[in-house]
Amino acid sequence: MSQVLILADFAGDKSTKTTSELATAGARVGSVTAIVLAAPGAGASLAATVNHGPISNVLVVESADFASYGVAAAADAISQIVAQKSPSALLVASHAFGKEVAGRVAVATDSGIITDAVDVAADLTATQLVFGGSTTVHSKVAKGVAVITVRPNSIEADLSDSAPAIENISLTISDSAKLATTTSSTPPIKGGRPELTEAQIVVSGGRGTNGDFAAVETFADSLGAAVGASRAATDAGWYPHSHQVGQTGKTVSPQLYVACGISGAIQHRAGMQTSKTIAVVNKDPEAPIFDLADFGVVGDLFAVLPQATQGVIAQKS
Amino acid sequence: MKIAVCVKQVPDSWAEKKMVDGVLDRVGVDAVLNDLDEYAVEEALRIVEAHGGNEDGGAHSVTIISMGPERATEAIRKALSMGANDAILVSDSALAGSDALATSKVLAEVIKNGAFDLVVCGTESTDARMSVVPAMLAQRLGWAQLTFASTVSVDPAASSVSVTRTTEAGVDAITAKLPAVVSVVEKINEPRYPSFKGIMAAKKKTIESRDLAAVGVSAEAAWSLVADSAPRPPRAAGVKVTDEGNGGNDFVKFLAEKKFI
Repeated sequence: MSQVLILADFAGDKSTKTTSELATAGARVGSVTAIVLAAPGAGASLAATVNHGPISNVLVVESADFASYGVAAAADAISQIVAQKSPSALLVASHAFGKEVAGRVAVATDSGIITDAVDVAADLTATQLVFGGSTTVHSKVAKGVAVITVRPNSIEADLSDSAPAIENISLTISDSAKLATTTSSTPPIKGGRPELTEAQIVVSGGRGTNGDFAAVETFADSLGAAVGASRAATDAGWYPHSHQVGQTGKTVSPQLYVACGISGAIQHRAGMQTSKTIAVVNKDPEAPIFDLADFGVVGDLFAVLPQATQGVIAQKS
Repeated sequence: MKIAVCVKQVPDSWAEKKMVDGVLDRVGVDAVLNDLDEYAVEEALRIVEAHGGNEDGGAHSVTIISMGPERATEAIRKALSMGANDAILVSDSALAGSDALATSKVLAEVIKNGAFDLVVCGTESTDARMSVVPAMLAQRLGWAQLTFASTVSVDPAASSVSVTRTTEAGVDAITAKLPAVVSVVEKINEPRYPSFKGIMAAKKKTIESRDLAAVGVSAEAAWSLVADSAPRPPRAAGVKVTDEGNGGNDFVKFLAEKKFI
């Protein structure tokens, strides 16, 4: 049976749902081995959390080099494992770190790479939604190991309990992967809100907020949602650029996307139009964003959102 | 210090894009310098300006490197009009439809032969959006990778570069000896508008055109193949209500029906 390697994804000291999503995709192809890259002494406790989804084996590599040399060290370790195990595929989460690691592994192992897959079939055909989600593309890697990065939240994860066999392996990180040194690391400041690209619900504000995001934030909080912003809003300095949804910002694909005071230029649509359900609040009945809306309210967001917030809170209590 | 800035000409990010025969149709759309590459050009110029500037014949220079069709010279001129010294465009019909692996291979070869100290890139192109080319360049060149930088400082005397890496995973301080590959995030700076003088000067600057033979790499079979592509069906028309004092409540009803509450 063919073997699929996945790079286990962690938030702090716990494996994420993304790991299970990768495993679910990988199990369609073959037996899944999850790679855990850990600091010395931390491997066993991290590996113990990789127990949801169809995972047969866990390979633990401990090295202080992962913290010091980041992407390059991770890619070097994984390339060595790929050379050793000759898997049919390597699946990695599609975030900045995962994509860069995958890119370096593809070069090092002379393998093809497909990024931002939203699905992976048993024959390793990857589905991508390109050009801001306006076009569906099916493609396959033609050379080497199929290196595929998978967008979080795209594949329905099999979260059933599993008890994979855990194996520790030791390897030496190459000197060529130790050229850039991480001298300090600060985890992201966690507000009370979920991370934008992983959130089930995203509420975004645009030009129509006139710089006042309070109504958007309060409504988002009533739903436990992440807050996004259009480029118009971040360019105006109304909201941090890290929250920008769109072609030059983040791509989100939540269960529910609520666009408030956003006209819906292509630039913005490119970052959100693959959302499962889209709701719109906008004063302008002609705003192009209404073309995408499953539910639209033509109205002032400063009137509609507070009323909706109260309604949501009342429903929940 | 010799800095190379890798740029790409892309369809205008406001334009509709479509696939023809498994690749992006680049013919029928307005083409511009990739938005995110403007930050890379600006950052490279700021680095040399912080150390005495990039007067022709001086110690520092900024070279634009691009791969694409002949018309990519339009995007390159924009980068030159911002103040870069010269440019190299790799153009070869065998490269049409190249993916990131092929692109990084060609760019790495040009960089290797150009005696550069530092490569600056944007984080991604707004068309393919893979954001893997800078990491691939570092791997191919065997140079230090300092990507997703929200600040960059270069110390020519110590031959070192330090960046602040900013991603969803947090903020890291990273430092390395040159040569190195840096990618910069949007909003690291405010890219300058080309001045009239800059635009006139750019017309006289050299864009050296190279084909694959001149670069010294041969065309390879694609690392991945597109099986098919299709426009996604438009979304079914939804419900639209006008707020006459009850819009928020109507919205809540919809959310409850869809089990979001």
